[in-house]
Amino acid sequence: MISARNVSFAYNEELVLDQVTVTAEQGRTVGLIGPNGSGKTTLLRTLYAALKPRAGQSEVDDVPVARLRPVELAKRIAVVAQEGTPELPLTVTDMVLLGRAPRRSMFQSYTKEDHRQAASALRRVGARDLAERSFSTLSGGEKQRVLIARALAQEANHLLLDEPTNHLDIRYQHEILTLVRSLSITTVVVLHDLNLAARYCDRLVLLDRGRVVSAGTPDEVLRPEVIEPVYRVSVQRLEEPDCIQLIFRPPSSGESTDAPEAS
Amino acid sequence: MDSTRGSLLPEKAVGDPGSDTDDLDHARRRRHTFVWVGLLSLALLATVPVAVGLGPVGIQSGTVARIVGEHLFGLSGKSAMSESAETIVWLVRMPRVLLGVVVGAGLGVSGVALQALVRNPLADPHLLGVTSGASTGAAATILFGIGGAMGAAGLTGSAFAGGAVATVLLFVLARVSGRITSIRLLLAGVTIGYVLSAATSFLIFVSDTPDGARAVLFWLLGSLARAQWSSIGVVVVIVLASFVLLVLWARRFDALAVGDESARTLGVAPDRFRVLSLALVALCVGAVVAVAGGIGFVGLVVPHVARLCVGGAHRRVYPVAALIGAIFLVWADVFARVAFAPRELPLGIVTAVVGAPFLAVLVRRFYVATV
Repeated sequence: MISARNVSFAYNEELVLDQVTVTAEQGRTVGLIGPNGSGKTTLLRTLYAALKPRAGQSEVDDVPVARLRPVELAKRIAVVAQEGTPELPLTVTDMVLLGRAPRRSMFQSYTKEDHRQAASALRRVGARDLAERSFSTLSGGEKQRVLIARALAQEANHLLLDEPTNHLDIRYQHEILTLVRSLSITTVVVLHDLNLAARYCDRLVLLDRGRVVSAGTPDEVLRPEVIEPVYRVSVQRLEEPDCIQLIFRPPSSGESTDAPEAS
Repeated sequence: MDSTRGSLLPEKAVGDPGSDTDDLDHARRRRHTFVWVGLLSLALLATVPVAVGLGPVGIQSGTVARIVGEHLFGLSGKSAMSESAETIVWLVRMPRVLLGVVVGAGLGVSGVALQALVRNPLADPHLLGVTSGASTGAAATILFGIGGAMGAAGLTGSAFAGGAVATVLLFVLARVSGRITSIRLLLAGVTIGYVLSAATSFLIFVSDTPDGARAVLFWLLGSLARAQWSSIGVVVVIVLASFVLLVLWARRFDALAVGDESARTLGVAPDRFRVLSLALVALCVGAVVAVAGGIGFVGLVVPHVARLCVGGAHRRVYPVAALIGAIFLVWADVFARVAFAPRELPLGIVTAVVGAPFLAVLVRRFYVATV
């Protein structure tokens, strides 16, 4: 279980998170959704102690994350963050092996067992054949899969992902999220695409300007009357047999006369 | 890009080895590294006696071995060789070649560390401003005799002091609320480099002595000519200690090279680690530059060659970079001694002439795919 309890955060004077509470129960996949600047990524970063909240605290299995040393934290929480591609060459194998680093002291080398774990992680994400490639030469979808493999090699029981489908074509978006969904570990994922969130998350938390507007199952959160005021688009909801689908349209002409500087 | 793959999430790639035995060729990867380190170590062992024998006065390797054996193990062979040969081998060339080994290794591993710390393949040890600081210190001694009463040790001491001042300045400039980001480090290093180069030029201008100016210029381009048994002890200890620590911290460098956020989630506190390792590298570079001057290109080129041999993981890169740096610098120094004998060519000229084209080829061949 991983949770943020009444977390507030501010960059300088600007309040980015205002008493946000989010909990991901054991084995569940929780999606963080909301418009740009709503605080999704900031919230995620407070969960893995990259940011220190002004008030409230984040906890992993009931231990405050601020109290864990970096290595201890890495054994409990694996993160797939948004980051540029490194300029220095590292092979996929080296990249995935890094997930084993928190378990080895500086006097140890990676063991045979570490290599087995890395191989098995690569196989689980369908990227075993990329092992010898240089990470920086991979396509976007391949990179994401390798980063998820690194997270798996970490053997943490919590996985946090920041927009893992960004810049991927539709096939890879579904492939990555199918993969994430198939893992039986507690997952918190920041997603932009509400239809992907509907399909792949157990619970959703909708943020707007640093506050939780709505939280619950996709069925509860993804309702036009909840989403329309937050995103300021018109939303039509379709009930497909396997999933909810949302269709978005520009706000109708009556609404567009609203003052645009409402934010 | 790879639209050829059929299904979502293939269970197994074609030709996938069985899951229980698959260890990503752990043994082969280890062997590959051992072979490189072994071969390069042999090459270095062979280089030292040959390089000692070469110079304006040629001495055969057998003679070199006999003289060295006599000094190290007290094997007093029939001392048939001339006293001058013994002086040249033991008092002049041996310390010089050993200093070359240490300086080359030190610059090589410092370059590897810095490129990871600032996440930029163009970083080199002189980027820190340490070299410029050391140059200013050396110029003050050469031109105005500051600390000159101590002789050769005074020059080394003031160069080291200059490097230390530059490092302190670097930390003051680049460190904002406990953090040093890559870009701030780059900008601060470049700024300090320019300011201290200006200071050195100003010292030359004020002193108005052509001989002094030439001496400073020679120092700036680097040389191993001042090597003595008494002076290499300190730099040997510092470079060796730096090397050991860098190898122990190798995985942290891997993590940091990937990115600060990744490092943080892999158990490395990026800000603290960058400050700590930067202090270590500054010490290593300072010690090297203080005895040998501002030898360029070694710290820039050697890391790339090492990565080419054994890949980017720092556990493997550091030993290989140390060996390649050592071999390269010793041979560069041999060339500097022999090419225009009896005059000596400044070492920095040799390393730049050899290093620049090499780097150009490397850049074209190996960084095309990633840009």
